Amino acid sequence: MSLVIRFKNFLDETGNIARFTGRFFSLGIKPRYELKEFFNQCYTIGYLSLPLVGLTAFIMGLVLTMQLRPSLVDYGVESQLPVMVGLAIVREIGPVITALIFAGKIGSSIGAELGSMKVTEQIDAMTVSGIKPFKYLVATRVLATTLMLPLLTILGDAISLFGAYLGVNIRSVTSFDLFFLQVFKSLDFSDVLPAITKTFFFGFAVGIVGCYKGFNSTKGTQGVGISANSAVVLSSVLIFIIDLLAVQITELLGLN
Amino acid sequence: METAKKEPVIIIKDLVKAFGDKKILDGFNLTVEKGTNVVILGKSGSGKSVLIKCIIGLLQSDSGSINVFNENISKMAEDELDQARSKIGFLFQSNALYDSMTIRENLEFPLLRHWVDITSEEVERLVNEALENVDLLHTIDMMPSELSGGMLKRIALARTMILRPEIILYDEPTTGLDPVTSREIENLILKLQEKNHTSSIIISHDMNCVKNTADLVVLLLEGKCYIKGTFEELKQSTDENIKQFFE
Repeated sequence: MSLVIRFKNFLDETGNIARFTGRFFSLGIKPRYELKEFFNQCYTIGYLSLPLVGLTAFIMGLVLTMQLRPSLVDYGVESQLPVMVGLAIVREIGPVITALIFAGKIGSSIGAELGSMKVTEQIDAMTVSGIKPFKYLVATRVLATTLMLPLLTILGDAISLFGAYLGVNIRSVTSFDLFFLQVFKSLDFSDVLPAITKTFFFGFAVGIVGCYKGFNSTKGTQGVGISANSAVVLSSVLIFIIDLLAVQITELLGLN
Repeated sequence: METAKKEPVIIIKDLVKAFGDKKILDGFNLTVEKGTNVVILGKSGSGKSVLIKCIIGLLQSDSGSINVFNENISKMAEDELDQARSKIGFLFQSNALYDSMTIRENLEFPLLRHWVDITSEEVERLVNEALENVDLLHTIDMMPSELSGGMLKRIALARTMILRPEIILYDEPTTGLDPVTSREIENLILKLQEKNHTSSIIISHDMNCVKNTADLVVLLLEGKCYIKGTFEELKQSTDENIKQFFE
């Protein structure tokens, strides 16, 4: 495929996603609200993701601490380990890693679920029954991902810090109180607020991309696989782009 | 003696639908009268499914008009179309049952969204009645994956009928079923039509189904209505384009 055609396809896809997002804002906020389905999605997307997010966050905190210690020992600032780990987890690593795990689990599952519904005509069946599938399937999932990812990030950060605390205690002895006192003393409102704010955008990106890919799935079962896969790839890339923009905005606002 | 002309429920005039450069429907005309079963016959890819998807508004036609109960479907806004759809049932070839829901939830789903003031007792009664109509009340708490192809088709038919549509569009209702189950589905279509006084458009390749269900057979060829008549009239035709379906 020539470069020109690839570029044209890229622009088409970008335009379609923008239109899909616009449709979410125009249709998703109008009554009637599918509250039961929204809470059902919150449970599936949020609560059922907690074990995976918790496990990865715990390992991440533990490993990060073990990796950082030798460098800090070399500079003679081992006592700053809780501060370094705390800042890294809360400001950057916690939100981004949680969002990437979330994109892998939830983005692919939404892409595959809606893709499968599309190719088996279940979405058409809703339409002909006078039900708005965009409202029932898309709006509920996008809202759930947008609201659940920040909650998962907060819980993930807490579990990660606990992993870091255990990591610190592998080679030295630091009390639980002292560790968390050092962590929270080093953290500022300007560290927490931008980090949590950007996770709303991460969650929105994962939801809208997963739904877009699933909703526009074609080519039968092969298409379902493609939808799931491309939902993860695209939402992961978007997470990094949003993160980059968030850092720039934070700097512009003097919150760094 | 001349029979009284029945009231038309669907009038399709000069319908055109193309995908890219390929014209699938090219000036198609059809009138469906109240209480009649019209079977659309045609080769694979001739545009039969496209036609009924245009009627229900799943596809937008390029030109022409589709009047359902004297309202032009092709010019309706989304909300108006949703209202019009409540009078039209659609049985998908793939059944399109919601596979994450039980049979009960599959049937309740359209009911609860269309009739917002309905009581839970009424929902229960309507769901039970719909399942009794297709002799599958015992499957009420089962998942679609636990049922056979013929049972799924009957459940899909029950779901189609639950909103009491006045027109039903069937997309190949007997495709992929064994002859005995096909016959059961055909009988069910006729039984429910008689009970609810519905009008239908049936897409089918199955000549037994055509013979048993059709009041009028329409042959769709090159995007146009090539000929229409009763099953017997078309069967006796010497036209090669028609004969090939009856051989």
